[in-house]
Amino acid sequence: MDALILARRTVTKMVRNPEQFIDVTLQPVLMTVIFVFIFGGAIAGGTEQYLQFALPGIIVQTIMFTSMTIGVNLNTDLKNGVFDRFRSLPISRSAPLLGAVTGDIVRHTIAVGVSLLFGVLIGFRFHTAWYEVVFAVVLMIVFAVSLCWISVLVGMLARSSGAVQGLSFLVVFPLTFGSSTFVPADTLPDWLQGWVAVNPVTHVIESMRGLLVGADYMAPGSDLGTEILWVLASCVVLVSVFFPLATWAYRRKI
Amino acid sequence: MTTFAIEAHGLTKSFGSTHALAGIDLEVPEGRVLGVLGPNGAGKTTAVRILATLLRPDSGTARVAGHDVLTEPAAARRAIGLTGQYASVDEDLTGVENLVMIGRLLHLSARDARARAAELLEQFELTDAGRRLAKTYSGGMRRRLDLAASLVGHPSVVYLDEPTTGLDPAKRDDVWSMVRQLVAGGTTVLLTTQYLEEADALAHEITVIDHGRVIAHDTPLGLKSQLGGQTLVVRPTDIADLPTVTRLLAEVGTREPEHPSEDQVAVPVAGDDALVRTVARLAEEGVAVTELSLRLPSLDEVFYALTGRAESDPALESEGATA
Repeated sequence: MDALILARRTVTKMVRNPEQFIDVTLQPVLMTVIFVFIFGGAIAGGTEQYLQFALPGIIVQTIMFTSMTIGVNLNTDLKNGVFDRFRSLPISRSAPLLGAVTGDIVRHTIAVGVSLLFGVLIGFRFHTAWYEVVFAVVLMIVFAVSLCWISVLVGMLARSSGAVQGLSFLVVFPLTFGSSTFVPADTLPDWLQGWVAVNPVTHVIESMRGLLVGADYMAPGSDLGTEILWVLASCVVLVSVFFPLATWAYRRKI
Repeated sequence: MTTFAIEAHGLTKSFGSTHALAGIDLEVPEGRVLGVLGPNGAGKTTAVRILATLLRPDSGTARVAGHDVLTEPAAARRAIGLTGQYASVDEDLTGVENLVMIGRLLHLSARDARARAAELLEQFELTDAGRRLAKTYSGGMRRRLDLAASLVGHPSVVYLDEPTTGLDPAKRDDVWSMVRQLVAGGTTVLLTTQYLEEADALAHEITVIDHGRVIAHDTPLGLKSQLGGQTLVVRPTDIADLPTVTRLLAEVGTREPEHPSEDQVAVPVAGDDALVRTVARLAEEGVAVTELSLRLPSLDEVFYALTGRAESDPALESEGATA
């Protein structure tokens, strides 16, 4: 209950702060335009084909960036005294954190929704059933919520929100670019292919391709069911490592 | 028998090698105002954070409104309101939204939370600004909103941690009158400040702390007499009258008069009739003056009087804020 009131605060702030909102809406749009229209012809031989290939990966990248926002926000609350206010109220210790995570689910949903909508506007087409699309969105949000504990941990430990931002990018960049987001993995050098294969983001992207546009766009020899299992396993690993660390860091502050 | 709304004994707290609190006792009877006076880094904020359940002491006990802050923090939190050094309002929400959110977190219904918010905005003269984002507020308005936010749940104990630091004198007077209103309503207040003037204006009792220790505890009157009371300053119109004024002030003062500037004479005085006697004597002697004032000792002078040394180093202030 308290968490829901605080989740509403997160959402209100998100709507209020257009610059924060822009990072979930405009960024995917720009990414899509840049990658599809500038690189599309060179990489896939045609923008339309490349759009089908790249959009699922771009959405995953977007949601990874949005899952890092939570640490920045928590750090800001910590530094400007808003956390002290919450802590002096008779609410459960976990409510501010739960509220932030719950509010973030709205952020993720908007980010995915906007990216998909924009994709459709510039020519992206679903080749799968509606329930597969819904499942894709849910799976992405589950992954984002599993990943956000890294950001919570960084947000609790870092000295400034700027530092949280910087460190978050350090986490996100190797995960997104060292994956099959923009080019098929088999075109990459061998050493990089090793990383790409174990990178959970690759499996998220492959699952998205399978669920949004069909198996034709997945890496050769990969299987949708296996990819989804990989994603769920990565979520379990992420949560079992970073959730305890993040809540430990949070408890020290709260 | 006196019931204490706040009772702390032997509180200690260290941050690494910094001993923020070296064992302090604080007692505030119900419905009274305790002024905690001390320089930056004295441990004021640390003490408030412990009493507000935000920080655990290394040792010692504290009870607020009858609830132990360590073993019954939830009950203690229901009784307290906290206003920090910096105004801890959410800048991206409006004044109304800030107060309604806190009301909802205190389990008021949506309707009651809105009513309480409107009532507080009215009381703190923020009704017109209620629908604006808090980030557009002036410093004084933010303090008022912050104070309003700490009062949503009708707390019986309110902590005001340097509520006027950084405010201009007019805004400071606003905050003072709000504190007086609060006390008139029966609320117990613990106020930290760096200004003796503020503690004198608001507090029933003053505890002076330095380097995490209590170095004096008294009523404002008792403390002032302990410090040599107030200082009387006279500036004669004609500088030729300076020797006469010096002689007159030597009669009413408790020490030898000093010359803070070349045309002023200052002397510590005790007793309430010093000013009247001085005016009478100046009139008898026919001395015209351009300045005649009574002022309280500054924090520096308090510390000099209590510890016999100049004001302590301000190096440790951020203690509470970063902890």
